Amino acid sequence: MTDVGAVLARVHREEWARVVATLARRLGDLDVAEEMAAEAFATAVERWPVDGVPPNPGAWLTTTAHRRAIDRLRREVKREERHREALMLADTPEPLGAIDDDRLRLVFTCCHPALAMEARIALTLRLVGGLTVPEIARAFLVQESAMGRRITRAKEKIRAARIPYGVPLREDLPARVTGVLAVLYLIFNEGYLASDPGQAAVRSDLTAEAIRLTRLVRALLPADGEAAGLLALMLLTEARRTARVSASGELVALGEQDRGAWDRELIAEGHALVRARLATGQAPGRYQILAAINAVHTDAPDVRDTDWSQIVALYDQLARLDPSPIVRLNRAVAVAELDGPEVALAQVDGLPLAGYHAYHATRADLLRRLGRSEESRAAYDRAIELAGNTAETAYLTRRRDQLARP
Amino acid sequence: MAQYLMSVLNDTSALATAEEMAAIDVFNEQLQADGHWVFAGGLTSPDTATVVDGRDGEPVFTDGPYVESKEHVVGFWIVEAPHLDVALRLAALGSKHCNRRVELRPFAG
Repeated sequence: MTDVGAVLARVHREEWARVVATLARRLGDLDVAEEMAAEAFATAVERWPVDGVPPNPGAWLTTTAHRRAIDRLRREVKREERHREALMLADTPEPLGAIDDDRLRLVFTCCHPALAMEARIALTLRLVGGLTVPEIARAFLVQESAMGRRITRAKEKIRAARIPYGVPLREDLPARVTGVLAVLYLIFNEGYLASDPGQAAVRSDLTAEAIRLTRLVRALLPADGEAAGLLALMLLTEARRTARVSASGELVALGEQDRGAWDRELIAEGHALVRARLATGQAPGRYQILAAINAVHTDAPDVRDTDWSQIVALYDQLARLDPSPIVRLNRAVAVAELDGPEVALAQVDGLPLAGYHAYHATRADLLRRLGRSEESRAAYDRAIELAGNTAETAYLTRRRDQLARP
Repeated sequence: MAQYLMSVLNDTSALATAEEMAAIDVFNEQLQADGHWVFAGGLTSPDTATVVDGRDGEPVFTDGPYVESKEHVVGFWIVEAPHLDVALRLAALGSKHCNRRVELRPFAG
């Protein structure tokens, strides 16, 4: 006998968004769609261990949820619901291939620019990722009740303002895709370096979800360079995940990671995406440049083989698109390898990033390499104070404590 | 179809210029031609507003707007659109034509 529990978990992961998306389109209401999808899963938990897993679990769930919705609407025939019922009854069986479009529609609905960024992230995780409200609240460090209200408010706006359940028109698409990718990148980053000291340093559930959703956007917009770039960036970053935290739970810097532990398959896929983008000859956007930087890092069998001049050149390219102090800070890290810590420190000092832990961590490292232990210690202290991630705090603390005593 | 209120926000004390007025006329004609038009109007300055409270016995009249703010509503459109994305495009065009920020808000129901 197969493990029905494992099948249910897999089906939930793979089919949840699809079921919700199909129902949302048919019913025109996210709340009802979500509720019916949850009921259908609950029915599956009861029925499948007895009846066996149906040959097409996704279709089974959609049909079950749809029937329940019809039953419910028949029970409570109210003014506007008659209209919805008519819509549902007129619905014909799904043509093949439309299913994935339904999921993309849901992603675009959740990431609509008329919603606040935090609401977009929460809704995407809830409706597309199937995460529970407490899980989302934990991931983003807010009270469960506050996260629940945020999601409810966003759904109300979708309903009242009539945010469409659709992929936007071509003319609106570039701006909307940018928003979608930004949400997915935020979800990925939260998973890759959780900001909550109470959380595991790396949340692979969030990184996996972000990658899955980005694959979806990429598959449906194959010509979008930034969608490809973001996917490559995530894959090349994810490839290093297991090497990034030591057995004792300490962050391992890029230069000290066991490169043998990097995931070769993800790296190969990420490199292929970067090469394909380069071959188009089109000017790369932010994610594509970041992916290229990560491709250079993952290309080096040893940290000493890293092509730092290429990395600096890529950061120069990035700085032209995004002249932010964070880009300049990251560029300086590469400059330190190429031209030495003194040159880098001159570029870092005075950047308006006093509240950002990585600024102080970078200064601390450069000062340490210059033998300026006292200043380095002060910078480590400030970085430790500001860092939220446990693995990072552990790493910074060890580094500080290794400094020569005065 | 749903109806949306597009409020024109003024953050300067300057009145609409002749070019802005002409651009608004062009936009209005377009709204009518495309079947989005319901109603539109311009408002006098907030100094001319009176707040009336008739909830409790004798009505109380207070000179001035209900809230003092740097930005205020100087005009509005009521448009009809099938969903928010269409309304957002109209609001973007309206903002461009009248050269002011626009708040878009759906009617209830």
